[in-house]
Parts: sequence; structure tokens; C-alpha cells
Amino acid sequence: MDTDSVHSSHSHHSRGSNRHSERSRERHKPRSRDGSNRSDKNVTISTTSAHSAGAEQTPPTTEPQDDNWAETTTAVTGTSDHSLSQEDLAGFGKDSEAPVLKQSWLAFLPLALTLFLGVLVLVTPLAFLLLPQLLWAERLQACGTACEGLFLSLAFKLLILLLAGWAVFLRRPRAALPRLAIFKALLALLTLLLLLSYWLFFGVRILDSQDENYQGIVQFAVSLVDALLFTHYLAVVLLEVRQLQPCFSLCVIRSTDGETRHYNLGQLSIQRAALVVLEHYYKDFSVHNAALLTAAKSRTAKHLAALKVYSVDGPSSDGAASQSRAKMAAAARHKDTSHSELYYEEADHERRVRKRRARLVVAVEEAFTHVRRLQEEEKKKPPGDVMDPREAAQAIFPSMARALQKYLRTTRQQHCHSMDSIQSHLAFCITNNMTPKAFLESYLTPGPTLQYGKECWQVLQWTLVSEAAVTSPLRDGTEFQLKNPDFSLVVSSKAIPHLKISEEYVHPKSHKFVLLLQSETSV
Amino acid sequence: MSFIPGQPVTAVVQRIEILKLREGDNLILGFSIGGGIDQDPAQNPFSEDKTDKGIYVTRVSKGGPADVAGLMMGDKIMQVNGWDMTMVTHDQARKRLTKKSEDVVRLLVTRKSLQDAVRQSMMPR
Repeated sequence: MDTDSVHSSHSHHSRGSNRHSERSRERHKPRSRDGSNRSDKNVTISTTSAHSAGAEQTPPTTEPQDDNWAETTTAVTGTSDHSLSQEDLAGFGKDSEAPVLKQSWLAFLPLALTLFLGVLVLVTPLAFLLLPQLLWAERLQACGTACEGLFLSLAFKLLILLLAGWAVFLRRPRAALPRLAIFKALLALLTLLLLLSYWLFFGVRILDSQDENYQGIVQFAVSLVDALLFTHYLAVVLLEVRQLQPCFSLCVIRSTDGETRHYNLGQLSIQRAALVVLEHYYKDFSVHNAALLTAAKSRTAKHLAALKVYSVDGPSSDGAASQSRAKMAAAARHKDTSHSELYYEEADHERRVRKRRARLVVAVEEAFTHVRRLQEEEKKKPPGDVMDPREAAQAIFPSMARALQKYLRTTRQQHCHSMDSIQSHLAFCITNNMTPKAFLESYLTPGPTLQYGKECWQVLQWTLVSEAAVTSPLRDGTEFQLKNPDFSLVVSSKAIPHLKISEEYVHPKSHKFVLLLQSETSV
Repeated sequence: MSFIPGQPVTAVVQRIEILKLREGDNLILGFSIGGGIDQDPAQNPFSEDKTDKGIYVTRVSKGGPADVAGLMMGDKIMQVNGWDMTMVTHDQARKRLTKKSEDVVRLLVTRKSLQDAVRQSMMPR
């Protein structure tokens, strides 16, 4: 089983490095010890918006992809029950260099199926109506008033069905999920089955026997459209309405800095829940700033590098255990001043940040006083050079640029804001009559990831790591991870408890009060 | 000094006779009362049982007629001139004590020290 998971992680990285296209792939594990239980399935979710390489990314860990991969494959063929044949090896090689064309064809498959079903749904009732007219028109009974009334209802129902189908099914997919969406597949199957059975009935009972009762045929077509409308109702309930009522509370924790949020969800499969979590992530969590984590890393590095163990008596029998014990004993005796260093360093940093912030606020307020909106009357006779917001922003930017840059450097945000983005934000604020404080707010506090331009975003390629199958529904205590090259989001779910609310009736006239006195009278 | 509804109230009482002092147009007795069935018994500092809604003496002015007669602070007034004071409102109590037609009031008061003394003396040696 270890080799299985090693396989998956390495292949994922080799694919991950090939980021020229968005790909949603299913990792088929052909071998598993006990068919139903699979541990640690790695599947990939990629969002549909274009990816971008972040300016300041942690360098990808240099895992020797091909070398290790070759080693593990030979180990599998040698000793395990399941061996890897030559064809499989060749297949893996091909997998990692899969051409782009195959992927885009697979991505369009659901859309093509939906369109095909839609066309079939539109054509079938009309075919039911037209075929008798075409084939045995002379023997058909004339269509009376009731029959023509049915034509009208058929037309409108078909129109409503088309509009409703367009509204629910033909929407741009927000993301490419790793596994099949079960409900959609079931619904497509149901619709197909329905159409098939109606066609069968039509073919056998009406076409073969050449039925003359045209009104009956029209009613048959109308009943088909009714059934399709009810199927559409079922689709709406399964796809949209069922997950509206919240049943679970998900706790999402970012692994690097521990930022936590809670979200309420209804009954969803794990992959759909992951999608909802990611959508909320981009708008709720503050942007991930790798530069802020370096201080903690340097401290841990100092701890580790502080003591080295030399064995003067030659190699001892229990090497690692005795070394760690010696290290712990020495560390306990060693006078550790790192806590006081941390305290003073943090206090110092705080003061520096506040000083720079004060300078920045003053500079920005001063800059904003220089620009003033031109009033309506003044527009007729231009006083000096009249500028549009972009030029006005460029004119006042230099006076605050230095203070802003120093502040961003101190708070380690300078990679998130480029000069262009600052100037365009300034133009935006000037256009909308915002105060200097409003302009500064986006720089003083780190906002959600969506607020920043593409240069600050990390990649949009996420991996869903889950012990349970990703199409299984959420349960109490489900845990899964959404991994990114830079950090991961750990999600755990809890069921919302069954609440029992009882009532107590209070009569409106029952609110009566007495005064509690203790008076003292002198006699 | 609490009562059980339906049972007679028994207490050790002391008779105190106060001669009212005429001061201008008023006849004063020289003490203050608190309590009554329309008052809050929990705020009474002198009662042992905090549900006791009887009339208590809250202050005795020094040298006044009540002080001279031997009334003490914290006494519970059981009767005034034969009228019961254990189940009266505060205002009714005040009226019974300040009747202009009476010059002297005879009170039956009880206090804890009285009860204790009698109980002590009744204890078998």
C-alpha cells in the first residue's frame, strides 16, 4: 500500500509540473489489496480561471521524480503480490505526457451529452406529432377543437421545459471536479430511460399498428412533456434544493498560520463540499503571505542547529535514541534566551510598524488635499490643466510613494502590490470621492485573496486529499485536506445537533409588577 | 417568631406602656416602625425569619417617651391597645399608633432575648 501512495504522489507532482493546461484527471488505481477500501486517494481539482505563477513562491521542493519512481517500481515487481507489468510502466510514461487534445475532449464530454439530451427532449414530442401526419395522413381522424387545444398546451409546456433546462443545466461549470457528479449522471440516465420507453411504446403501439386516433397521439405527446417537466422538478430538488438546509458545520484551518473559519453546509458529497470551501476561501481568508512565516522558521532552525552530538566512544548500539536523549538533556540545561529575544523583537517590530504607519497616514492625507473634484460651473471655464482620474492619481502618487513603500516593506507585503495596482486603486478612490482612510484601508490590513491582483495569488491548482471516497456524502467527523503547493487547508466536519425547541405561551396581560418597599415611619 | 397558618401564634411578650408627648399639635411616641404585610420582609434587618411581615421597631429616639418606657430597637410589636399588629399594613399600623384621641399606648412587644431568657429558665438543670 505504501508503494501505491508513493506512486500517486510522485505522478501527481510530475503532472503538476506540467501546468500548461487545466486538467481534471481521475487517478485510477488498478490494484488494491482489498478492493473497496482505498487509503489516501489523491485527486486533483483545478479551477477554471487561468493560472498564474506567483512572484514570490516558495521554490518547488526538488523531489527527484524520475529516479525515485524508477526505484519504487522495481521494488513492486520484485516482492509484492501485485506486480507491475511492462505495459503498465509504459502506460505510466504515456500518462505523464498525455497530449493536451485528449484532455480538452474529455472536458467537453459532459457538455456534449447535455446538449444531445436537450435536442432529443425537444425533438421527441414534435416527432410524435409529426410522424403520423407524414406517414398515414389520409387515415388519420381530423383534429377537433380539444386536440388543437392540446397543441397549445404542448407548445407552452415545451417552451417552459426548454427555458427551465437552460436555466439549470446549461450553466458554465465553475470548476472541474475530480469524479463524476452522481446526481447529474443519475438524472441523465433517468431522462434517457424515459425517452427510450416512450419511443418504444410509440414505435410498437402507434407506428406499427398505425393508430388513427390522432387526439390520443397528441395526448400521448403531452404526457411525455409532463413527465419531462416532473423530471426537471426532480433535478431542481436534487441538485439545488437539497443542500440548502444546513446540516453540517465545517471547520477550515489553514496549515501555515492557523487561520480558522466555520461554514455551514447542507448534505453534499465531499468533492462538492470542497468546492464550496474553496469558493469561500478566496473571499474570506486573508491572503497567504509566505514572508511572514520566515521568522518562526528561523527560530526553529536555531533550535535544531544549536546542539550537535559527537560520539567519542565510537559508534554506539542505539545510535539515534541516545543522540536524541543527549540533545534533550543538554537543551534542558542550556540557558535558553530565545523567548526574551522573541519578546523584544516583536515589541521593536510593533513600534517600527506604528511609526511608519503614522508617517504614511500623514503623507496620504496631505496628498489627497491637493486634488479636488472640479465642480459643474467651473467646468465651463477651465482654470488650469484639467485631468482625468488616472492622471490625477499619477500626479499625487509620488508624494506618498516613498512612505507607502517603506510601510509595505516593514509589514512584508511589498510583493502583493505593484506600482500599477496602487495607482489604479488611487484613481478608483479619487473617482469615487473616497477619503484617504478609505484608500489606505486595503494596505493597512491584509484582505482576502480575491482583493489582490494576479501577481499575489498562488496557483489555482488544488488537490483534494481524503480517506473516504470523494463522491461519498459528508458525515459527522469527516476530515479532508485541500492541498496547495504552498500550504493546505484542513477541513473537518461536525453535524449540527438536532435542536428541540419548545414553546411557552405568555399572556400579554400577565406582565404585572409590585413594588417592594421597606418604608420606615416615625410615630 | 414565624407563624404557621391556622395555628395560634405564641410568643413571650413584654408589656410596654408609652405616654405620648405633646409637641405642638402632634402627639409623638419617639420611635419608628417598619414592616407590614404590604412591605418586603426580606429587607428587615431585625427579624429572624425573613418572611415575617410583622411590625418592627427600627429606631428609638433617645430620651423620648418610648425610650423611657423601655422599648428597644428590634422589637416586634404584637398588639397596640388590644389591636393586633401581626397582620396589618404599614399604614394601618401607623394609624393605630397615632390616634389623636389616645394619650397612652399599651404595646405588647416581643424580642429574641425574651424568648431566649424564658427558654433558658425552662431548661431542666
